[in-house]
Amino acid sequence: MASGNRSQAVQGYSLIAPPFGYALLVLMAPLLTILAYSFFKDGYLTIIREFTLENYVAVWGDPIFHKIMLRSLGVAALVTLVTVGLAFPVAYFLSFAVSPQRKGMWLFLITIPFWTSYLVRVFLWKVILGYNGVINSGLKSLGIIEEPLTFILYNVNSIVITLAHAYAPFAILPIFIALEKIDRSLLEAGRDLGESRAMTFWRVTLPLAMPGVVAASLIVFIPTIGDYVTPTLIGGGKIPMIANMIQAQMLDLDNRPMGSALAVTAMLIVAILSLIFVALNRRFLKVRQ
Amino acid sequence: MTPSRYDRLEAAKPMIECREVHKYYGDYHALRGIDLTIRAGEFFSLLGPSGCGKTTLLRTIAGFEDITSGVVLIDNKDMAGVAANHRPTNMVFQSYAIFPHLTVAENVGFGLRRDPRSRAEKAAAVEEALAMVGLKGYGARASHALSGGQRQRVALARALILKPKVLLLDEPLSALDRKMREQMQVELIKLQRQVGITFVLVTHDQEEALVMSDRIAVMFEGQIAQLDGPEALYARPASRRVADFIGVMNFLPTRIIGDTPNGVEVDLPGFGRVEIPAANISRANPDDEGPTVGFRPEAVSIVSTGAPTQSRVTEGTIDEVVYYGDMTYYDVRLDGSDGFGAKVRPIRIAMRNVFGREVQEVGARANVSWSPGSLVLFR
Repeated sequence: MASGNRSQAVQGYSLIAPPFGYALLVLMAPLLTILAYSFFKDGYLTIIREFTLENYVAVWGDPIFHKIMLRSLGVAALVTLVTVGLAFPVAYFLSFAVSPQRKGMWLFLITIPFWTSYLVRVFLWKVILGYNGVINSGLKSLGIIEEPLTFILYNVNSIVITLAHAYAPFAILPIFIALEKIDRSLLEAGRDLGESRAMTFWRVTLPLAMPGVVAASLIVFIPTIGDYVTPTLIGGGKIPMIANMIQAQMLDLDNRPMGSALAVTAMLIVAILSLIFVALNRRFLKVRQ
Repeated sequence: MTPSRYDRLEAAKPMIECREVHKYYGDYHALRGIDLTIRAGEFFSLLGPSGCGKTTLLRTIAGFEDITSGVVLIDNKDMAGVAANHRPTNMVFQSYAIFPHLTVAENVGFGLRRDPRSRAEKAAAVEEALAMVGLKGYGARASHALSGGQRQRVALARALILKPKVLLLDEPLSALDRKMREQMQVELIKLQRQVGITFVLVTHDQEEALVMSDRIAVMFEGQIAQLDGPEALYARPASRRVADFIGVMNFLPTRIIGDTPNGVEVDLPGFGRVEIPAANISRANPDDEGPTVGFRPEAVSIVSTGAPTQSRVTEGTIDEVVYYGDMTYYDVRLDGSDGFGAKVRPIRIAMRNVFGREVQEVGARANVSWSPGSLVLFR
C-alpha cells in the first residue's frame, strides 16, 4: 500500500509540476528580484550591487511613508468593512431566499460586472461621481443642490465607493459558499432549542459563516492596499496610496532599491496584519479555515 | 395485580391530539386528515414507507410546518400560530444537527441561555445530562470529533436537558450500524422509562417500531392505516397493505364458502376447509384479485410424524431451505395446493434451530402444524 501511495503522490506531483513551475517562475523570480534590489545601493541611474540596509532605514524613518502606509491601511480597512458589510446581506439573500433553481442565475448576474475591464469600471465611477457627473448634474437639475457635491470625488470616500463596488463579488462568493455549507437542520435545531430567528442567526448562522467572512475580508483587504489605479483616477492623484508611492520611486525617481524596499516593507506589514487577523479570528471566534 | 404499562397509559391524559389535520404542499396532499391521540408518557411511533407523511406529521407537531387545516393540541393547548421555539417539544434530528462550532458541553447547554440558574448550576445540569446518555466527561470535546453514536447521544442530552413535554425523534437510528442501532434501541427504551417524557418516534424500520413502541401508527399516503400496539399490529394487521409492510407474511388465494356464527369459512389450498375467527378478518388491497389468507412464517411449524399435537396438520414437500444460523426458513409446497386455478406459491415456514433438531433437506416430506387462530383473512 505504501508504495502505491508513493507512486500516487509522484503522479500527483508530476501532474501539478508544469503549472507549479510556471507559478514559481512568474511569481518567485520577480519577488526575489525585488527582495535583492531592496538591499542594493542606489547610484543614481545605476545600481550599486553592494549589500546595505540604508533603504530600509530610510523607509522606516520617512514620515511620508508612515502617512501613506497608514492611509493605505485605513482605506483598505474601510473598503473591507463596507464591502463585507454590504456583501453579507446579498450572500444571505442568495443562500436563504433564492430558490435553488434560480441561484445559478443570480450568481451569474453578480459576476457580470467582472466581464468589463476594471479600468472601464473606474472611469464609469468617475463619470457617475464627477463634478459634472451623473449624481451632481442629476441633483442640480432636480433643484436639490445648487453647487456640485464635492465630497464624492477626488477623496477617500470616492475611492471607497469605487473599490467596494469592484470587490463586491469577491466578498459575496466566499460568504455565500460558507452559508450554503450550513446544514439547514442546524437552524431548525436552534429554533427547536428555544431561540428566536434573530438569536439563531446570532448563535448559529453567523459563527458558521465566519470562515467565509474572514476569507472575504482578506480577499478584499490585501489587494486594495496595493491598489494603484483607483487612487490615481478617482482620487485624482491627490491622495496617493502605497502603490503610487512605490511607482513614483521606481519609475519617476528611478530609485529602484528604494522602491523595492518600500514594496517589501508594505508586503511584510500586510502579511503580518493578515496573520494577526486570522489568528485573532481563530482564537476568539474559533474560526477554522 | 398491578396495572400493566399499557393500562396505565390508557388512563393517562392526552399529550398530543391531532384533529382532522391536513397539509398541502402546493397541490400535493401530504397529510390527509390525521386523527390521533398520543398519551402522556407514551412511546409512540409513526411508521411507514418514505413519502407517507410521517416526517411531515412530526415536523407539524414540532412547529416547523404549518398545517393547512385541522387542529394540533399539545398538553391541551392549541398550537396554531405557536412557533417552534415556544412549543413544549424538542427534537432529535435525523442528521442530529450537532452545532459544529461548539463543544459537546456547549451543544448540550445551548437551550439553557435564558435559564435563570447560575453558570455553575447550568454546568452541573449539562454534566448530569451527559451522564444520563453515557457521555460523562465528554463535555470539553469538540463536537466534530464524535462518532455517529456519540452525536446521537449528544442530540438526546441536548433535547432532554430542557425537560420537554414531548421528545420528537426523526429516524434517529437510521444512520447507525446494526449493532449500534440495536444497542441504542434498548437504551432509548430505558431512557424513556426513566425520564417519563412522551416520545414520538418516526421510523421506516418496522422492527425498530415493534421493539420500542407502546403503540404504533402505520401511515400510507398521508393517512393512518392502523393504530395499535405492536402485538396486535403484527398478529392482526388491519389490512393486507399493513401486513405486507410489517414483517414477512405468506399470502394464499382462497375461496369464501360462507359466514359462520364465529367467523368465516373458507376453502384454503393445501389446508382444506378452515373457519377463520371473526377477530382475524381484515381488509384486502383494492387491487387484490379476490380474498387471500395470510399467516406469519413462525405461526406454522414443521413437526415430526406421529408427534402428538393439538393443532391441525397438513402435509407437503420441502422446496427450498435457507439457513440463517439461529433460524431456518423452509419453503414448503403443500399437497393439493396446486389445484387452485393459478399456481400457488410454496409457503414459507420459519423454524428456530434448537439443539437436537436437524435441519431438513430439500425434497423431504414435511408435516406442517397450524391452527386457524393464526390465519388472517383479507377480504
